[in-house]
Amino acid sequence: MKKPIQDISAGRFTNGRANLRRYHQAKWDEPVLFELSQPGERGILVPELESAIVQAIPDAMAALPAGMRRNTPPALPQMSQNRVLRHYLRLSQQTLGADLNVDVGQGTCTMKYNPKVNEQLGRDPRMSELHPLQDAETVQGMLHVYHQVHLLLMQVSGMDAVSLQGRSGSQAIYGNFAVLRAWQEANGTLDTRDEVITTIFSHPSDAACAKLLGYKVITLYPDADGYPDLDALRAALSKRTAALIITNPEDTGIFNSKIAEFTRLVREAGGLNIYDQANANGLLGITRAREAGFDMCHFNLHKTFATPHACGGPAVGAMCVTRKLERFLPSPRVVVDGDRYSIVDGGPDSIGKISSFMGTGGIVLRAYAWARNLGAAGLREVAEIAVLNNNYVMNELLKIPGLSAPYAKGKRRIEQVRYSWEKLSADTGIHSEQIGIRAADFGVHYWTSHHPFVVPEPATIEPTESYSRADLDEFVDVMRQVAHEAYTDPEKVRSAPHNCPVNPIDGSVLDDPHRWAVTWRGYQRKLRQSQKAANLS
Amino acid sequence: MHFKDTERAVLKADSKHPLAHMKHIVYPYIPNSVPEVKAAMLASIGAKSIEELYAEIPAELRMQKPMDLPEPLLSEHALKRHVQSLLARNRHCGEVLSFLGGGCYQHHVPAICDEINGRSEFLTAYAGEPYDDAGRFQSLFEYASMMGELLEMEVVSIPTFDGHQAAATAVRMAGRHTGRKVVLVAEHVNPEKWSVMLNYCRSDLELRQVQFTSEGVLDLDHLRSVLDDQVACLFVDNPSYLGVLQDGAAIAAAVHACGALLVVGVDPSCLGAIASPASYGADIVCGDIQSLGMHMSFGGGHGGFIATHDDEALVMQYPSRLFGIAPTSVAGEYGFGDVAYSRTSFDKRENGNEFVGTAAALWGITAGVYLALMGPAGMRDLAHSIITRNAYAKKLLGALPGVQIVHATQTHFKEFAVNFDGTRKSVTEINRALRGHGIFGGHDLSHAFPGLGQSALYSFTEIHTQEDIQALSQALAEVTQK
Repeated sequence: MKKPIQDISAGRFTNGRANLRRYHQAKWDEPVLFELSQPGERGILVPELESAIVQAIPDAMAALPAGMRRNTPPALPQMSQNRVLRHYLRLSQQTLGADLNVDVGQGTCTMKYNPKVNEQLGRDPRMSELHPLQDAETVQGMLHVYHQVHLLLMQVSGMDAVSLQGRSGSQAIYGNFAVLRAWQEANGTLDTRDEVITTIFSHPSDAACAKLLGYKVITLYPDADGYPDLDALRAALSKRTAALIITNPEDTGIFNSKIAEFTRLVREAGGLNIYDQANANGLLGITRAREAGFDMCHFNLHKTFATPHACGGPAVGAMCVTRKLERFLPSPRVVVDGDRYSIVDGGPDSIGKISSFMGTGGIVLRAYAWARNLGAAGLREVAEIAVLNNNYVMNELLKIPGLSAPYAKGKRRIEQVRYSWEKLSADTGIHSEQIGIRAADFGVHYWTSHHPFVVPEPATIEPTESYSRADLDEFVDVMRQVAHEAYTDPEKVRSAPHNCPVNPIDGSVLDDPHRWAVTWRGYQRKLRQSQKAANLS
Repeated sequence: MHFKDTERAVLKADSKHPLAHMKHIVYPYIPNSVPEVKAAMLASIGAKSIEELYAEIPAELRMQKPMDLPEPLLSEHALKRHVQSLLARNRHCGEVLSFLGGGCYQHHVPAICDEINGRSEFLTAYAGEPYDDAGRFQSLFEYASMMGELLEMEVVSIPTFDGHQAAATAVRMAGRHTGRKVVLVAEHVNPEKWSVMLNYCRSDLELRQVQFTSEGVLDLDHLRSVLDDQVACLFVDNPSYLGVLQDGAAIAAAVHACGALLVVGVDPSCLGAIASPASYGADIVCGDIQSLGMHMSFGGGHGGFIATHDDEALVMQYPSRLFGIAPTSVAGEYGFGDVAYSRTSFDKRENGNEFVGTAAALWGITAGVYLALMGPAGMRDLAHSIITRNAYAKKLLGALPGVQIVHATQTHFKEFAVNFDGTRKSVTEINRALRGHGIFGGHDLSHAFPGLGQSALYSFTEIHTQEDIQALSQALAEVTQK
């Protein structure tokens, strides 16, 4: 009798739904690079000096001031090429990139798909081998891209002018505050208006950058329904108000329908309105900064516009402003005359530079390609599906015992939701951070929220448009499983991770000046000192 | 997949959608753009239409018409053709001979650097925990560690945006550390860096410039005359913006005598052969890592580093992430995490140091790969090669009629200023003519350094061969004599 064929796939489903993944991240138990060093090995050779150059210049260092020659070679590792490659490939496998997981758990970060064709184009030598000081006539293609991205962001925001010099969202926030300061200097209010109002659910950089530029920060807390408190705003406004900086929707995902009233009150009080649109993913083609009464906004191209997060940069933060503020934008500017582009000085009122050259050119190109592929209808589809996915996930997640979505009961959310495990934590003693570490055992990221935790035991989930319904179901199933474990086997959650490359870390050393070590050399020195002290005692 | 009739009805009900007249497109980047899936998901949340999800947005704030954007290039092929047609309008440094420097440099980028920073895992990771992103934490710790060896310092930050930002933050750190408000900046600083620092610091600090001598080095007499107990630090680029390597120890002695800190900006690619700023007394060292394995990418390859000794008071002034090494529950296993996180704006908002966020982490990982490949011998050869090629280029160009090397007797690293006053031609004219020879001439200094007349900053790295330098010399001879 012939042996029957086993139905392997049947073992992967329960009641028609995929079982949880039996995941384990790569674990190489990889040494620190210095331990791999073998004296004499080399990873790459530098082009040799031609003999004619050596003859002409026998000792180029002869005229160096005494003491400017290095006496001891740097103690860098000595490794052949493939050994360096292998080490870093192993470390890459111990890094859970967005390409590898249903990355909806890093809420506020907009972990969407970064199309590979854009990466390929960004690595074309006609992009990657451009020097930023080349004459404008040799970079007409690049300047066209800058100009087109300006036009794109003007359409998305309704603003009148754009600068792409910022190298991250936070640097664009900083840049917008520098514009605010320049505008106040021009109209003589810098000394009298020195307060910036923000909300606790706005990004920490909104408050931090205002402070950096010399402003006092007033922080509004949400009202009982989770909205920025309008009465608190009224109370905060005065002749000292320079600006409001606010996100909408905030990290709760609740759209503040009174936003135009917020901006009107600030305007009437004599301040400017700045919109933190780092994440605008749910609003492309839906609603704009201009209609809501803002004077400035910024976008993170590495969030909404699908350029890679790259472990935290390189990135672009685009500053967008209304006509009255255009003359303060960073220098230089790209201008077009007919079909010729030129790079011109920002003029006497410009804040000058916020970063080197014209920012992160390669990222601007990738964002351009992404938007050019989608067009107006596609960008709107991005927003709509991001919102649909978010509300779908919220509906599913809220079926999990112990989890809630504080505020605005029964209302739809935009692109993300800040949830609370308050009840689960009270019931089980398990905290949100621990849920995140256990979730990593199933191959997904998870983020609590920025400090302070206004929402107790927070979790911020942002599905974006990039995941299928089945992907989203898988993430929900992971959350359900971890919550279930918290109630039935809390030690399993508490002792996590179990399937990651490293076991629970003793974080206490990281806050102890005697034990912390930011480099291998620091670690080796402190270790030697500690061992010496132990031997003496 | 099967759909209920009610779900199909939802789809039809959405005919009021402003783009309903358009033919439906399934977008490859948007899985749930499949109409049936969309309908099923709407039904599952009890919504009749997508519009319903936007109910909280007042009508007066809604966009009334679609955005005015070019028609989409939906196929990957069409998009690629289009973008390549734009790229074809650029002339890049790989197809010409470029001598541009001034803060961004053309070096050889090892293939392994691109291989590693193109890996999906690193390219698309972001802010995971030290468990699921253990490799990100370790590789950035190793980056800092290798920089630490090069710099002879024990604390190195996760990269900030660029060398300019690193300088701006470094002097702010010095201001907080000393409680003083005056920052001296050595005059031969990149004008863009000066602008960044001025912009970033002036709400709290007063920046003053210290003059250079006609020899291209810091005027120590002028420095001593402006140092007092209000001065938080001196910031000096060594090598200077004009490429001059100068005596660091003399500067350090003067600065420390008044209780100020010495902040040095350094190009890390010189440190295989040149003394580290720490060795001559720098308290904070900063600079740009673009030269360590990054393509120029029209300014997209920059990242900044900040380094200090492991002095707790100074460590607590960093705004940046600092990744440290830590034991785990298993013997012999390395773990990593954030050191002294409470310093940061992530933890304390406006009460943290400056601000922190996304910057240039992938370039940190790449610079680590570069340093691991180069090792001590590679870094020594690199620095030696660059200094020698610059000396050779000075010799050739300095021999051209009407052409003078500025600060000719100094040792230059990676670039030097060339004066063309004797040719009666402007840098603009010369560079235009050079482009006709397939050469990008040096960056025009006549605006930022009018005192140098018609001068340009010419940069030479390890990739500029003898033949390249001769080709430049011949072309310059030709275009300056016409």
